[in-house]
Amino acid sequence: MTEHYLELQDIDQARSMGLRPPEWARLLAVLGRRPNLTELGMFAVMWSEHCSYKHSKTALRQFPTGGPQVLQGPGENAGVVDIGDGQAVVFKIESHNHPSAIEPYQGAATGVGGIVRDVFTMGARPIALLNSLRFGDLSSPKQRYLFAGVVAGIAGYGNCLGIPTVGGEVYFNDSYTNNCLVNAMCVGLIDHDKLTRGRAQGLGSRLILIGARTGRDGIHGATFASEALGEHSVARRPAVQVGDPFMEKLLLEACLELIEAKSILGMQDLGAAGLTSASSEMAARAGSGVELDVALVPCREKSMNPYEIMLSESQERMLLAVEPEQVPLVLATCAKWGLTGTDIGQVTADGMVKVLFNGMVVAEVPARPLASEGPVYHPLAAEPPWQALVTSLNLAAIPVPEDLTAVLGRLLASPNIAGKEWVYRQYDHSVRGDTVTLPGSDAAVLRIKGTKKGLAMSVDCNSRYTYLDPYRGGAIAVAEAARNVACSGAKPLAITNCLNFGSPERPEIYYQLTRAIAGMAAACEALGTPVTGGNVSLYNETAGQAVFPTPTVGMVGLLADVERRVTTAFKQEGDVICLLGSTLEELGGSEYLKVVHNLERGLPPTLDLAAERRLQSLLVALAEGALLSSAHDCAEGGLAVAVAESAIQGGLGVSIDLSPLASMRKDALLFGESQSRVVVSLAPTHFSAVEMLAGAMGVPFVCLGRVEGDVLCLGQGQETIIRADVASLAELWRGAIACHMSP
Amino acid sequence: MRFGVVVFPGSNCDVDCHHAAGTVFGQKAEYVWHEERDLSRFDCIILPGGFSYGDYLRAGALARFSPVMGAVVEEAGRGKLVLGICNGWQILLEAGLLPGAMLKNNHLQFRCETRYVRLENSNTPFTCTGHDGQVLSLPIAHAEGNYFIDQVGLKDLEAQRQIVFRYADSRGQVSREANPNGSLGGIAGIINKAGNVLGMMPHPERATEEILGGTDGRLIFSSILQWWGGQ
Repeated sequence: MTEHYLELQDIDQARSMGLRPPEWARLLAVLGRRPNLTELGMFAVMWSEHCSYKHSKTALRQFPTGGPQVLQGPGENAGVVDIGDGQAVVFKIESHNHPSAIEPYQGAATGVGGIVRDVFTMGARPIALLNSLRFGDLSSPKQRYLFAGVVAGIAGYGNCLGIPTVGGEVYFNDSYTNNCLVNAMCVGLIDHDKLTRGRAQGLGSRLILIGARTGRDGIHGATFASEALGEHSVARRPAVQVGDPFMEKLLLEACLELIEAKSILGMQDLGAAGLTSASSEMAARAGSGVELDVALVPCREKSMNPYEIMLSESQERMLLAVEPEQVPLVLATCAKWGLTGTDIGQVTADGMVKVLFNGMVVAEVPARPLASEGPVYHPLAAEPPWQALVTSLNLAAIPVPEDLTAVLGRLLASPNIAGKEWVYRQYDHSVRGDTVTLPGSDAAVLRIKGTKKGLAMSVDCNSRYTYLDPYRGGAIAVAEAARNVACSGAKPLAITNCLNFGSPERPEIYYQLTRAIAGMAAACEALGTPVTGGNVSLYNETAGQAVFPTPTVGMVGLLADVERRVTTAFKQEGDVICLLGSTLEELGGSEYLKVVHNLERGLPPTLDLAAERRLQSLLVALAEGALLSSAHDCAEGGLAVAVAESAIQGGLGVSIDLSPLASMRKDALLFGESQSRVVVSLAPTHFSAVEMLAGAMGVPFVCLGRVEGDVLCLGQGQETIIRADVASLAELWRGAIACHMSP
Repeated sequence: MRFGVVVFPGSNCDVDCHHAAGTVFGQKAEYVWHEERDLSRFDCIILPGGFSYGDYLRAGALARFSPVMGAVVEEAGRGKLVLGICNGWQILLEAGLLPGAMLKNNHLQFRCETRYVRLENSNTPFTCTGHDGQVLSLPIAHAEGNYFIDQVGLKDLEAQRQIVFRYADSRGQVSREANPNGSLGGIAGIINKAGNVLGMMPHPERATEEILGGTDGRLIFSSILQWWGGQ
């Protein structure tokens, strides 16, 4: 009798694994025969959206990916960017949305595990983690459960690994009620000569599987991640993997030790689609083939069959291509770290992924069609019918509140603006002793020991903007991430991104996707920050309700001298407060409209990319000249919130006169979110130098007031508009999230 | 002075301790793999923070059985200095080199932030450059720092002046608000009766350079060096 996993399959079985009829036809054409169950399973996961990018590939081609600083662009496990002195930074962001919605702790934890592996697979030492999290309204117990679970999961995994979690963002919006977003970013550091790629190189090289044993967990996880969530999704809990950060720590140290010893030809982690993707991608990239006997794979459970072994998404595993003479050293290093290392096969020349089970062939499929020549779709894009409606905004009908001090208080206590200490105090952000700007500033900064250099990093996306105008929102996401990095004094280098959208098969969603990518691409081009890789997470929707389009941007920048870094907090009484950039009457898409008027509409603020670039160059020049005491980007909540945050963090008051700014509605003046603006403070002795430099570089510059006392006072001429104790504002801002979480 | 920094599988502050002792203080610092059985070449042994063996059971519960711990006990018995930081302290408790036990933080969350501690005993090799009542600002980063000991043990600790640090506010007042994890009496660090084995929850190695935002951790390392120099 034929074993179950060898039985030839039909179109119904293909459909049950998520393949569509044309894909089944394509599969028959590739193989020239019907697949058996194991082969069908392999194609189903590799041709899922999660692994093949079949609905997003075309749109992604818009991204600029080249530049003198880029050592490795998209296509590998992570992007690599040169930072001089033979060093490079390796980084990537990835989603773990679907699993986190079902099992928040493990979903988020394994998201961290996966992205960390992507970085050390390249041979880099992971030095920092960041994340971007989105949930529904915190007044709901379910949302608090998800939020608390995700934060605990990230903490549980990252803290144990000893990689500091140094930054991120958290947003709350009803569009995420049924589909939370959990994006994790990892940044690593490497010497150029250690760079390792996911390639099955060298005919006859041995394939060594190391790390955790293989279990039945996560089978078809990639397929699950490529469908919308629904009532049945809870039944998908077995598709969520369970993380073991201790195992990952051992794996990390063992792999880096092997890289140091130059014992590895190629390396690839087993993430989505497990051994299937690792083996076929390594072969496809190298133009080689692989032959594995999966009966040799150490399993956690008895009698696992080849189908299960090839599809398992058990965490903390790595596949290495190793020259035969290096095998003993590799196995000895595994043993030192208490890891199982197993020689499961070899690199061949025939371009095939040949899977054996106790010597018998159980699957034989060509690597390239499986790994990189999957179906590609060109979905229909159509502007959503509601788009024009939500962008229309009649400001005249919206009254300006009387008590603007109270409005500032409400904004500071809005969970989207409030301090995120409740989150980041659960993350070890100072382990490894390199975090020199802690969470809470616009960008985190790490020093690079043995050099004067520093790395700045930030994760950003205002998805309300993208919802209202995908193009502009996409561009702003890139611009803001770069601006945050520039505020720290660093020159933005390159981005990674995580595109979280609904189902691309709906024309309105595909419209959002292509327009957002186009906007991001334009900003990347203008700001000189190419895309080095990333991840696409589609089908973030439930019952036809998609999340706000959320193209999260992870940006990395370089400080030539880390001692010249700049932070958010006001530092010194008597310092002059100035605003860089122009303030327009722009309230569309603002947090103010949402919090005070319960409106999510209007056009998001305009973005002039040339002005943005000038602003960022100025920020870097000002930092290099050590001319600034602080710098803080005006984002959600506008100028008033930016000033308040710098005051709160510095524990200092301010006295500001807004008269030099253009006259407009007071709410727009205070809380409008005009782009390309930064609040800076500086010693009076530096004033003329800063003014001159701003003028020379073509950046609008106005002096607004001074740092003084312990009261925040914003006025216009003789009129006081906002007046509050900084201490009481601080209490609102610091306490808001904790208050929600322990009602 | 020769520092040995023990590396258990899952240690993750080993690099930081090595950096502080070796680079910042310019001493000889060496990593010691947990399988080593001879530590006689060191003057001070550091058990660093981290998650030894994953700490899935109880922090430090497995590490105490590690081969290196036999040598640590031996060297401690010979009067060598042993400093356990965070997970290192948890391991010293499990190994019986220090009394008491560590519970999960009373709020059940990991906590990473800078806290004040009051120096309770400056008459130790680890604190001799400070003075009693001195307030230090030090980073903490742990999920199990809620120190507990029974009343008899507590009286003994107090009588022998074995409590070295207590969490306090910036003015040195010990209070519930100043206590980040619920530890008994705000205890943040204790020493053995012989005065050569110190366990502490805060991370002095993360506060030895201005660029990291604080240098109060230098007091521990300077004291060790001064005391050793006087021997």
